[in-house]
Amino acid sequence: MTSQQPASAYFIAENEEKSERHTLSVVVDNEPGVLARVIGLFSGRGYNIEQLTVSETMQARHISRITIVTSGTAMVVGQIKAQLERLIPVHSVLDLTVEGDAIERELALVKVAGKGENRVEALRMADAFRARVVDASNNSFVFELTGKTRKVDQFVALMKPLGLIEVVRTGIAAISRGPEAMRV
Amino acid sequence: MSEAQAERMTGAEIILRALVDQGVEDIFGYPGGAVIPIYDELYQQNKIRHYLVRHEQGATHAAEGYARSTGKPGVVLVTSGPGATNAVTGLTDALLDSIPMVCFTGQVPTTLIGNDAFQECDTVGITRPCTKHNYLVKHVDDLARTIHEAFYVATHGRPGPVVIDVPKDVQFGTGEYVGPENIEHKTYKPQVEGDMVAIEAAVELMAKAKKPIFYTGGGVINSGPEASAALRELVELTDFPITSTLMGLGAYPAQGKNWLGMLGMHGTYEANLAMYDCDVMICIGARFDDRITGRLDAFSPGSKKIHVDIDPSSINKIVAVDIPIVGDCNNVLNAMIAEWKKRKYKADQQALANWKAQIDVWRARDCLAYKPNNDVIMPQYALQRLYELTKDRDTYITTEVGQHQMWAAQFYKFDKPNRLMTSGGLGTMGYGLPAAMGVQVAHPDALVIDIAGDASVMMTIQEMAMSIQHKLPVKIFILNNMYMGMVRQWQQLLHDNRLSETYHDGMPDFVSLAEAFGAVGMRCSDPGELDDAIIKMIETDAPVIFDCRVVNVENCFPMIPSGEPHNKMLLGDEVTDENIGSAIDEEGKVLV
Repeated sequence: MTSQQPASAYFIAENEEKSERHTLSVVVDNEPGVLARVIGLFSGRGYNIEQLTVSETMQARHISRITIVTSGTAMVVGQIKAQLERLIPVHSVLDLTVEGDAIERELALVKVAGKGENRVEALRMADAFRARVVDASNNSFVFELTGKTRKVDQFVALMKPLGLIEVVRTGIAAISRGPEAMRV
Repeated sequence: MSEAQAERMTGAEIILRALVDQGVEDIFGYPGGAVIPIYDELYQQNKIRHYLVRHEQGATHAAEGYARSTGKPGVVLVTSGPGATNAVTGLTDALLDSIPMVCFTGQVPTTLIGNDAFQECDTVGITRPCTKHNYLVKHVDDLARTIHEAFYVATHGRPGPVVIDVPKDVQFGTGEYVGPENIEHKTYKPQVEGDMVAIEAAVELMAKAKKPIFYTGGGVINSGPEASAALRELVELTDFPITSTLMGLGAYPAQGKNWLGMLGMHGTYEANLAMYDCDVMICIGARFDDRITGRLDAFSPGSKKIHVDIDPSSINKIVAVDIPIVGDCNNVLNAMIAEWKKRKYKADQQALANWKAQIDVWRARDCLAYKPNNDVIMPQYALQRLYELTKDRDTYITTEVGQHQMWAAQFYKFDKPNRLMTSGGLGTMGYGLPAAMGVQVAHPDALVIDIAGDASVMMTIQEMAMSIQHKLPVKIFILNNMYMGMVRQWQQLLHDNRLSETYHDGMPDFVSLAEAFGAVGMRCSDPGELDDAIIKMIETDAPVIFDCRVVNVENCFPMIPSGEPHNKMLLGDEVTDENIGSAIDEEGKVLV
């Protein structure tokens, strides 16, 4: 039994296990401080948050859903899940990456400024990516784009030479496929 | 509860009423501006006894001692701002050692929160990472339910500290009281019954083991005396050897025939080598702490591991195990006993005999041996005598943190659970003295001894005033070597004997100090007079500070040097002034 050692003060040998990206869906009571508990857990224990999305999803029951994208070895991600479940206001945690093939979407607002050929090209690209124009002026556009993280990354990269000004992104919302709901 | 039955009262009254309904009899605290309404209610009732500490840290440790020696939650009441921040050390200590505690903190009125008001601090923000859970109660109608929920959270699952922050206007306001009867937490429902499939697999693995070992921890103690009884039965049934962490001492008696002594950094040679060489490890209520495992990539390399823990996040946190079982130790131990009996399992007698013969070879190394001395008191000798002279009494031991703590674990033979109160996870110097006060409150007729070091005891010495005020005849037994011994030992091991700031110049005269508080002071420096002095201490019906002058430069062995595995122990008789500096390699030096 030698494999799978997580970060620890006493960990000496280099960890050769691969770090993986995981999407966790967390059902919590929407009460003051709940997000601070979740974020504090990550910073306090040295875990990584790559993306974080949170909103109330069941208003009558004051329940919110937090979607977290994190990375770590399988053992560390398992530990993150167990630590999240230990928080008192957390109802349940689902590792959508382990469940497999979840639907992940994020929304980006992308501001591009320019004239002439660049402006036409930006519009053409936006059309190809099915981005919508939500604001336009003589020399700028704001595009709204939804999709997987990779698609958004790609779009942003393409806009760069065409006069990219700024980008805001929501972080992903993720849901499992099929008829079942997550346990609340 | 129907509207008609609901009782209305002030927030302060609600707090007192809820404490009574929770069965609380004793609380530890210190008044201040933001909790005066609660103290006013305390003054007007006689169901709850309040013990006045001299610093809020003392209140938290007293509550820990109370809780750990009784199994009941310890209750603390402190004011806002500095009252709350002073409690943080004890809250963190209770979190790391899984001690049930409910701590009420006063807060500035809700209208002033966020204004940097006098004695305001963000108590829930500060205590969020050092509590199991915390609450800020903004409406008096939520207060009763929150208190009952807090007691539920503190005592269910893996126990821990819970803070309830109560603004002053909520204490004055009038609201509805609800009793504890119908309080059920909507999400927090810890799993207490172990999965039977896993238990069956675990017991089958145990039955096939050739070199098994039980490795148990504080979880067995927290699970109640029934769990310790079940552990003893299972050890008897299987006849496997057993070792324990510091926090688990007493769950299996140190006099028991299968006992190997404590394991870990200052554990016994036989316990650590048995951990290294075993083929099946049954971990019950322990968490593979770094003091236990030593170097992780060489931790018990050839064993299959079974891990029983009530906290799922403890499993596979540090060491990947083969059979995880989430559940309360008592339930799982009893299920294991039933399964072992049902299948009529019998351990492999030949293999077990060989294994025990091997362990006896290690035991013969006599790793706790020290050089006796007729002129000065050896600290180990002092604890051996303390044990012999107190073992037939109803004795509770607390400790501070350092060499004396490890010697206490090695030389005081605990044979019952809940008898050792010590700061294991956080390692809080200054824990033992106030913890002893809490133990004495819970067990007024028992002999309560704080085995202390001269450095640690100074950290909370002000609580002697509490022992005088409340007539708590605790015995503070200081192994005084004029050094911060454990830090000095590490400086010798790691830093070429440069003893930076670890010598105590300006040590108080502990006898005069005791007398200044109104306690009894004693001193002994002659091994020949030690027994009589200890007997006199025991028979003194008052708080005693016993200044036991021990040899100054003794170190605590055996020791697993940092960065080394279990089979690379450093034994006391191998260590010389010459080789002590090279015992730890470069990689190990960065570790704690």
